[in-house]
Amino acid sequence: MHAAVVVFPGSNCDRDLAVAFEAAGARVSMVWHKDTSMPDGVDIIGIPGGFSFGDYLRCGAIAANSPICRSVADHAGRGGYVIGICNGFQVLTETGLLPGVLLRNAGLKYICRTVGLRVETSASPFTEGYNAGDVINVPIAHHDGNYYADDETIALLQGEDRVAFTYTDNPNGARADIAGILSENRRVLGMMPHPERAADAGHGGTDGQALFRALRGVLSTA
Amino acid sequence: MKARVHVMLKNGVLDPQGEAVRHALGALGFDGVNGVRQGKVIELDLADGTSEDDVTAMCEKLLANTVIESYSVEMS
Repeated sequence: MHAAVVVFPGSNCDRDLAVAFEAAGARVSMVWHKDTSMPDGVDIIGIPGGFSFGDYLRCGAIAANSPICRSVADHAGRGGYVIGICNGFQVLTETGLLPGVLLRNAGLKYICRTVGLRVETSASPFTEGYNAGDVINVPIAHHDGNYYADDETIALLQGEDRVAFTYTDNPNGARADIAGILSENRRVLGMMPHPERAADAGHGGTDGQALFRALRGVLSTA
Repeated sequence: MKARVHVMLKNGVLDPQGEAVRHALGALGFDGVNGVRQGKVIELDLADGTSEDDVTAMCEKLLANTVIESYSVEMS
């Protein structure tokens, strides 16, 4: 498995994500936002958390229009795998690879704590290491994690089994308690919680590990 | 030439920041504020010959997220 982690000015979870990929057996290349292509043979692209471009204009908006994001869109268009975590999820919605948008938390406060997530589907390369209905504990750390999409889009996501994770106790006002969603081909995942921060015993929890291990399983046989 | 772009959350999209401002106005004793919606004004200093269509394209591509925001353009 060869993973590329994209680094924007203001990314701050890029190294954590690389470590989580490496721990799952991946070779990792760090890719700068001004780069115009991915290294050869990349199986999965990770868009990390942080505050790309200082969250100026809207979270993820400037990053979504950076040169490297054209390669991300091309990769996804060819059926490649992409995971966007936290700010990475915001970037993926701004690029249009995932529907909806992340609004300011309903309580207006930045929230940094571990939350319960319900795995809504195990039918994806990211979640097949879990059982649907499992509740896992994963940290969140965001100011703009309030998932919003119109009624039609929410119904579509639910109808197509594309809601990957929901909050057991909604911290931010997200519609339908949505914490993470999948693309139509199920190969692009965006999620606000940080599985890479629950991937090592030293983190105080390892519930995120199964996500990275499942990817290795899928991508080593691809 | 200049353009002024107003970006507002669409009706129906909850605006928690506007709500917080409304509460703060009430706490200051300003009664009678039934609602507050907060948006953005973006001023563009443009080369001569830039058309309103160009500015509209900028709004569609970057300045507004049309999933949740509406925009209007004033050229001057």
